[in-house]
Amino acid sequence: MNKIDALIIGAGPTGLFTAHQLKLIGLDCEIVDNLDKIGGQCIELYPDKPIYDIPAVPECTGEELTNNLINQIKPFNIKFHLGERVDEVKKEGDKWIVKTNNGKIFSTPNVIIAGGVGSFEPRKFSIKECEKFENKSIFYSIKDKSIFKDKTITIFGGGDSALDWAIELSKNSKVNLVHRRDDFRGAQATVDKVYELSKEGKINLFTKYQMISIKGNGHLESIEIKNDDKEIKNIKTDYALGFFGLIMQLGPIANWGLNIDKKTIEVDTEKFETNQKGIYAVGDICSYPGKLKLILSGFHEGALAARACFKLARPNEKYRFEFTTSSKTIKDRLGIKSD
Amino acid sequence: MAKITYITHDNTNHTIEVQNGLTVMEGAVQNDIPGIDADCGGGMACATCHVYVNDEWFDKIPVKEDGEEDMLDMAFEPKKNSRLSCQIIVSDELDGLIVNIPSKQS
Repeated sequence: MNKIDALIIGAGPTGLFTAHQLKLIGLDCEIVDNLDKIGGQCIELYPDKPIYDIPAVPECTGEELTNNLINQIKPFNIKFHLGERVDEVKKEGDKWIVKTNNGKIFSTPNVIIAGGVGSFEPRKFSIKECEKFENKSIFYSIKDKSIFKDKTITIFGGGDSALDWAIELSKNSKVNLVHRRDDFRGAQATVDKVYELSKEGKINLFTKYQMISIKGNGHLESIEIKNDDKEIKNIKTDYALGFFGLIMQLGPIANWGLNIDKKTIEVDTEKFETNQKGIYAVGDICSYPGKLKLILSGFHEGALAARACFKLARPNEKYRFEFTTSSKTIKDRLGIKSD
Repeated sequence: MAKITYITHDNTNHTIEVQNGLTVMEGAVQNDIPGIDADCGGGMACATCHVYVNDEWFDKIPVKEDGEEDMLDMAFEPKKNSRLSCQIIVSDELDGLIVNIPSKQS
């Protein structure tokens, strides 16, 4: 079990700066994020889009902002747990016991939720029966491609993931590629390759088609697809793979006994604490009168939540406010030699 | 100003006046019309403000910009008349616009 002063859920800009603030005041913390990379929405949704309202930064992209924040916390060597989702948060005495889907357990007096609009999860097929086959015959990500060898695979989607897997799996499997329009949004070279393989008969292309039903007993047997002209085709297939991008979902947070309204968590504006003592929410996921969903607000909220964490992590010490410009203690923490 | 009718999945009509310059998404969110999530806040980055535009209107509204169709690939049950409501900017010409909100966004 990892014993820490605070656990941050979410490695977006708010989570990163909150970590900075915790370390600055001498608390240790670790960060969990469901994505496999640091940066949250800034990296997943708009890495190249310019942002114009970060104080003192006239213009920067989501990626630049993330990289700068990573640089800012470099002196602290903060431990990240990426590709992991916090599934359970339970009170034990005066500590919160936090469990991830990979079985990691943390014990901490403070949990800071900096979860944006929730965790990124793959978008799924809209047909309800697909749930029964999930992780057996229907997948939204591939962990072990060897199971597809010599089988028939039907891939849905028109982006890079769908195209890359269609190309890769066509080497050892029979591949159908189904997309709702005849335009693909992948890299041009990848799109060209798919058309080439389609000409060679290695990929069966079904464009302007969407799934309407599936059949199978225990494992998938066939799927029906329909095109814009209402023409229906029945395809025999062993597996179906859906690559429709990611969607943000509140996920397990909804079950932690917090006051949630419209996917946001109610907090006070002194500590950014939720209705549960020691659980805080900062950034886009928190709500209070006047809340602005701006990155700069997240920074402020994180700074205040960090101070509140101090009281629970160091109950016998008094928090002393210090400036980074003048405090020797802080400079030591940052690894800066003062002269 | 334009009168816009949002038809939610339960077939309820919500007709409201939306100011010029706002998006159809903002019109819905500001008036608490259910079914439009707009998770990314209008950045054309998430496909959770997906609507079906009434056939009569589909060709009258400004056409999709690059990228909107790509995002619509990720929408829940996209159709030919699918649009992201954050990309439709309200003007006098849109007076009477009718959009249907899908059963869910994700």
